[in-house]
Amino acid sequence: MEDEEVTSDFHAIGEKHTRATEHAELLVIGAGEAGLAAALEAARAGVQVTLVDENPLGPGLIGMDVPLLFGNRWTAAVQNQGRMLEQILATNPGLEEAFELGVEVKLGTYAWGAFVAGPNLQSLPEPVVGLADETRSWLCGFKRLIIAAGARDLVYSFAGFETPGVVGAQGFASLVSRYGAFNGRRIVVLGTGDLAVRTAALALDAGLEVAAMVEVRDAAQSDVSLMVSRGVEIITGHAILEARGNAEGVTAAVLAPVAGGEPRGIDCDTIVLAIGAVPVIDLADVAGAKLTRCDGSYVVESAPAGVFFAGDCAGLGADAAASGRAAAQAALRSLGHEVTAAPAPAPVPPLPADTDAYRMDWMRALMATGGLDVHACTCEEVTRRDLLTVQPPRYLDAPVAGRDLTSLGDGAPPSQDQIKRLTRACMGPCQARRCREQVAMMMAIGTDRPLGAIALAGYRAPVRPLPLGVLAASDETAEMAEGWNVWFGIRTQWIPYADIGTERETERAGRMMHF
Amino acid sequence: MSAMEKKSASVIVIGGGVTGLSAAWWLARDGVDVLVIEKGIVGWEASGRNGGGCTHYQSPLFDEEQRLWPQMDELLGYPTEYRRERVIMALTDAQLAQYQDHGDICARMGYHYETLDAKQTRELVPLAGDNVVGAVHYHFGGQANPQRSVQAYAWALQDKGGRILQHTAVSSIVTKGGRVTGVETSLGRFDCDHLVLAAGPQTGALLDTIGIYLPVAPARAEMIVTEPLPLMRIGGVDGNGLYGRQTLRGNLAYGGGPHEWLEDTGPDGRTAAGGIAARPASQLLQNLSKRLVELFPRAAHVRVIRSWAGIIENTPDGRPVIDRLDEPGNLTVATMSSVGFGLSPAAGHAIRDLVMEGRCSFTDIDKLGLDRFANLPRDWRARQGWVPPVLSDFATPARLPA
Repeated sequence: MEDEEVTSDFHAIGEKHTRATEHAELLVIGAGEAGLAAALEAARAGVQVTLVDENPLGPGLIGMDVPLLFGNRWTAAVQNQGRMLEQILATNPGLEEAFELGVEVKLGTYAWGAFVAGPNLQSLPEPVVGLADETRSWLCGFKRLIIAAGARDLVYSFAGFETPGVVGAQGFASLVSRYGAFNGRRIVVLGTGDLAVRTAALALDAGLEVAAMVEVRDAAQSDVSLMVSRGVEIITGHAILEARGNAEGVTAAVLAPVAGGEPRGIDCDTIVLAIGAVPVIDLADVAGAKLTRCDGSYVVESAPAGVFFAGDCAGLGADAAASGRAAAQAALRSLGHEVTAAPAPAPVPPLPADTDAYRMDWMRALMATGGLDVHACTCEEVTRRDLLTVQPPRYLDAPVAGRDLTSLGDGAPPSQDQIKRLTRACMGPCQARRCREQVAMMMAIGTDRPLGAIALAGYRAPVRPLPLGVLAASDETAEMAEGWNVWFGIRTQWIPYADIGTERETERAGRMMHF
Repeated sequence: MSAMEKKSASVIVIGGGVTGLSAAWWLARDGVDVLVIEKGIVGWEASGRNGGGCTHYQSPLFDEEQRLWPQMDELLGYPTEYRRERVIMALTDAQLAQYQDHGDICARMGYHYETLDAKQTRELVPLAGDNVVGAVHYHFGGQANPQRSVQAYAWALQDKGGRILQHTAVSSIVTKGGRVTGVETSLGRFDCDHLVLAAGPQTGALLDTIGIYLPVAPARAEMIVTEPLPLMRIGGVDGNGLYGRQTLRGNLAYGGGPHEWLEDTGPDGRTAAGGIAARPASQLLQNLSKRLVELFPRAAHVRVIRSWAGIIENTPDGRPVIDRLDEPGNLTVATMSSVGFGLSPAAGHAIRDLVMEGRCSFTDIDKLGLDRFANLPRDWRARQGWVPPVLSDFATPARLPA
């Protein structure tokens, strides 16, 4: 190496990153109650706002239970994007106000990543959110970002889980209220807490039958008297044993007494999991937010500079609109706007203090009644037993004897990310939306630890499973194309060992470009 | 595993990556009392996040790599998902010439490859499209599953009586009278007769605690993974500037493209400012997707379900250091310089030989000694341009105020 020679690394990231093709002063992800309130608040203050929402979802994602457990219980209406769009506009009058205030509203648009400079990521030209529709992806730069991604379904599996008609409470509400495309008539609700009661009420108000609400504990977990008066049977001390059905879907929910005894079947076409909900923190995690465990879920503790959170993804049960306005005001203040009389958001009403214990009670009851041969991860066909005994995936046909969850950790809690790698649980195309929480619960049970001891498995971009052809960069920089190398592009790295220190070395080095 | 009661071992290996685990497994096979100390989880860093390729013609360990991989499942007693053969597809004549050049290097060492034309390539690789020019088909090499392999090493060495201590960070090496006597860790002092240092990006910082200079620069690289597809006959298909494979589950897992150089980190993996060694992904997944859909046009509809970022280290010439030092004479240092997974069975064997016999028994590795960097200027990273990007390089008005 010559003493005076200083070179640059042609193959390093440098200024190669794709640039944003759109920019927003304030970008809001999620046009639910919180996101809409945030967008309106900021637009009224004169800020240029872009409001993005993935609804109406493409039928591909709906069929994959992304982002909610739709459970194959939708009508053909979801195939008609135009009708779906009309439906969404009709049921969200706030969107019209947003249009009138000049908000750029992008419906049917997925946010698949949020990238903000931070430790070990200093190469970004600017903070961006990756967006996509059904045909292409692009980057939207922002000065401020509000993530109002809402909540998704807390899913437990059981025998027959994949039968059409096993639906999550959020997916159910979306099909009934947002899309008007629910394809069932008679439901059984799992759970008796507030979410379950809201779900049952929604169903009854929509003209559906609610055959029963089911509770593993010995008493209902909230006031169900109104449901009882509307004819809903409350069945306590029972777990779901099986979704019985045929090719068309669920025909009955088979319930088993937790204390043991004969199962009973209840005729229905849909089983709605309404035991709990999960804040959607995938985009926040990818953006580098610090996450913390709170009331049975991981929520955002602190965010990178310029990123704010609102609604359910910041903590379940808050007043969504107030939370959205508060996030907008914080963003406005940081942009130098004067914000007068910022009302403090209503304090988040805590979930029941024993949320973790309640969720674990369901898990234990399902394991006790349904056994260990039920899939813990449906996409990858990993059973509860496979998980607890850390079995390699079945396609290897190489069972490993004598291992279990406790043999991995030196006394430390096992890592869910490590379990993913070994068993493939949570590695499937639904991106673990149907198994992440129940796998963590089974890991806690298998190692006799509190649920909170199981660290969060990391979320990865793209946080929606989008096709290669959609994600493929259409507008990459010339520097990217020219400087692309399969690995580091270090010429000396690939010279055959025998040639090192010989005359051939220099000649070889000249040919080692663009391996 | 219960916590380690015995705070000593004949050989301590710092680093539960694939190189350290393999070395410890080789030592445990010889009945050596070996302890692996890992700051996090075994195989957690770059060892578990790579393309899984097992075809490294440039290495003096190449023959041993080729000899060992077909036996590894049996030797370890756990599945590695190793599959033989590799196809490298070219979309341009220049790519094909490059791939043939590498094939010729291998052929001269006695390994058989053939060049396929476009039609033959499409017959062998169902996802290939009309844009393929040709391919080289290696009848050697192959690929394994990094995540499963690192755990296989870990379990296999435990089966042989070796120990692994996870979640324990080594802060310094302890020497006395010119010999290593042990290591200081977050659980206190551990004593040993011989130390193997295979701590990936932290190797340089740990060696620095006894005043020895090993130049390595950490960088971040990214990969993407798709949903599963029906299995192709050969999983080890890459090319078009990508490395990677179809996994035995059917997922396409591919990486390539620009890396981001990172700040030097301390023994615990933290930066001087105390920052965590985050592994953030970026919009590079769009560029990876673009090249993957070019490579496999018939997979355009396949969904990307994950991306990874990993942190790996490189020496100034990109070649490994595998060296038992003269002083301390009971210290063996190994960094594979960003190409560690595939070579791990052979690297572990070489390290075992250095520890037990003082020299590698099966091949010459003298050119991988640390002394080749003795006169290296300490500002070599800046001279080579191996430095983190500087934020102010970009005069973008949208950049956030600090």
